[in-house]
Amino acid sequence: MNSKLSAQQGPYFGDFGGRFVPEPLIAALDQLEQTYMEARGDSEFQSQLALLHKNYTGRPSIITEAKKFAAHFGDLRVFLKREDLNHTGSHKINNVMGQALLAKKMGKKRIIAETGAGQHGVASATAAAYFGLECVVYMGQVDTERQALNVARMKLLGAEVVPVTTGSKTLKDAINEALRDWVANVESTHYLLGTVAGPHPFPTMVRDFHSIIGNEAKQQMLEITGSLPDAVAACVGGGSNAIGIFHAFLDEADVALWGFEAAGDGVNTPRHAATLSKGTPGVLHGARSYMLQDDNGQTMESHSISAGLDYPGVGPEHSWLKDLGRANYMGITDAEAMDSMKLLSQLEGIIPAIETAHALAGVKYLSETLRPGSTVLINLSGRGDKDMETAAHYFGLLDKK
Amino acid sequence: MSSVTKVLAGNKESGRGSLVGYYPAGYPTLKDSVESLVSMAENGCDVLEVGVPYSDPVMDGLIIQEATEQARAAGFVLDDLFEVIRQVRARVETPILVMSYWNPVQKYGLEKFATGLVDSGAQGMITPDLVPDEAADWIETSERLDLDRVFLVAPSSSDARVSKNSDVSRGFVYSVSTMGITGERATLDALAKDLTGRVKAFSKTPTCVGVGISTAEQVREVNSYSDGAIVGTAFIAAYRNEGLTGLTKKCRELASGLG
Ligand SMILES: Cc1ncc(COP(=O)(O)O)c(C=O)c1O
Repeated sequence: MNSKLSAQQGPYFGDFGGRFVPEPLIAALDQLEQTYMEARGDSEFQSQLALLHKNYTGRPSIITEAKKFAAHFGDLRVFLKREDLNHTGSHKINNVMGQALLAKKMGKKRIIAETGAGQHGVASATAAAYFGLECVVYMGQVDTERQALNVARMKLLGAEVVPVTTGSKTLKDAINEALRDWVANVESTHYLLGTVAGPHPFPTMVRDFHSIIGNEAKQQMLEITGSLPDAVAACVGGGSNAIGIFHAFLDEADVALWGFEAAGDGVNTPRHAATLSKGTPGVLHGARSYMLQDDNGQTMESHSISAGLDYPGVGPEHSWLKDLGRANYMGITDAEAMDSMKLLSQLEGIIPAIETAHALAGVKYLSETLRPGSTVLINLSGRGDKDMETAAHYFGLLDKK
Repeated sequence: MSSVTKVLAGNKESGRGSLVGYYPAGYPTLKDSVESLVSMAENGCDVLEVGVPYSDPVMDGLIIQEATEQARAAGFVLDDLFEVIRQVRARVETPILVMSYWNPVQKYGLEKFATGLVDSGAQGMITPDLVPDEAADWIETSERLDLDRVFLVAPSSSDARVSKNSDVSRGFVYSVSTMGITGERATLDALAKDLTGRVKAFSKTPTCVGVGISTAEQVREVNSYSDGAIVGTAFIAAYRNEGLTGLTKKCRELASGLG
């Protein structure tokens, strides 16, 4: 057995993962797993995907050193892995291009996706346009309102956007609706899940498609600084951008891994989305993992100013890394995130997504635990254009009409 | 032998066939749900399925979602489930199966939940999002406590899975009639007949067909090739429109499809 953490694959990550789905979906998951395992070892598939990333996604993404931002926190160096510069504006496209290729391989004509911030929906709509697939995106009604710009983008790209009005009307319920659609249309349809949650093989497959982030960044850091970073940090919603940058460093014991989740009003208030900090193990959306639930096993509603982190679950691999003590997870409040969004914008001329701003806010805490002179690598998972409505409102930037 | 299997087998033999009725605990209140379930038993349902309201019911259509949401909003907790069963059991002898998504069961504690089933007078549980592959603990517990465990088979299931899921089920195996979520369908899929044919070819476990059944004609049709018809949405819709009277009427109407 390979004892490397990075060699771990689903269905299980320790006690977490699995397939807790209705029987009708099992055949589709088996087909997806088989298609993916073939593609993984198929050099033609891999070079197809690499070429797409080079000529369409815009990879490799660059690394920018944020000197003034770092100086604000003390004696450390901060490097940003610029996933915001990818086509469509976030890391989400890495996974989407991979899964869209698989959908083609499986002969599926239609893709469906859930989206919170709209970034995964936009990336999916983009891939659907590029590959000539029909695309339906499920999005909680609350999120269609706070991320209206991304709804317009998806529609312009030719996708249908279905506002979800059940339950909490956010990401959790968008996933439920996508699963219901998938059960009914599984012959023709691939469910292009946008994070490292869900039933096997999604957590493993989505991680693999995003591991390009950390693989590139590791080489880039060696070239820029001559050594590995002391800490790698990312925001955690479902956990895809975090696992994407963590994966290449899992077996580098000297590299600290930090995931920053949404603490909303605060982890000690009822209004947060800090699943790993405050949750308990349970089953949600097809996998066993930490989740926010009450004593009766009812999923609790999460709260975050960031639509992309407003989710009461998290990918099973993160639950495993938390219990192993290999990665640390911590909550960042709405206010801390918004402060960091402004800080990076004004000190570096980079407007991050509010999701990403949670990782940036974490630098304050890292500066307190790391030795002076340490280097921190942050996954700048997305750009903030989509968040202008929320930011303008929060900071009072627009004249009253 | 499982009392559910006994009822299904007896009804099959007599040429009557069986009607399995789903209704969520706590809808619209605990007391009302007891009355509804008792009425269903008294008006033609041969097996009762008591649904557990849950926040993320991915197998369910809007009608069931809204009913269970209403029960949750009224304050339903898992202890109430066992109280509802206890009260129904005090009034009718009809076998009772609980239908629950897995998370409430695991959070409550499987042992405590299963003991609750036994103590309140239920015969077992249907698990819509727990496949046998993940169910080692439930299989062991249900075996030890002499409880039925009903897994699902679907038109998309491979022959190997149809065979395995059927064999490991106890009471009956749930044949999902169509690829889709719960809700009424005008016509029943030809897939249902094909699927029950596969169950019969591979296993001795009886099978009932559910999802989409809402007319007496469909109840008759399904019973011609399986061991029972499972109805949920149509009963809840009837209750929603005309209360207990509507529900009672619907039970009699659908039971008239039996021989
Ligand atoms: C820019 C950005 N970062 C992070 C996330 C959170 O997702 P994950 O935790 O899967 O990376 C999102 C989700 O919408 C996002 O748009």
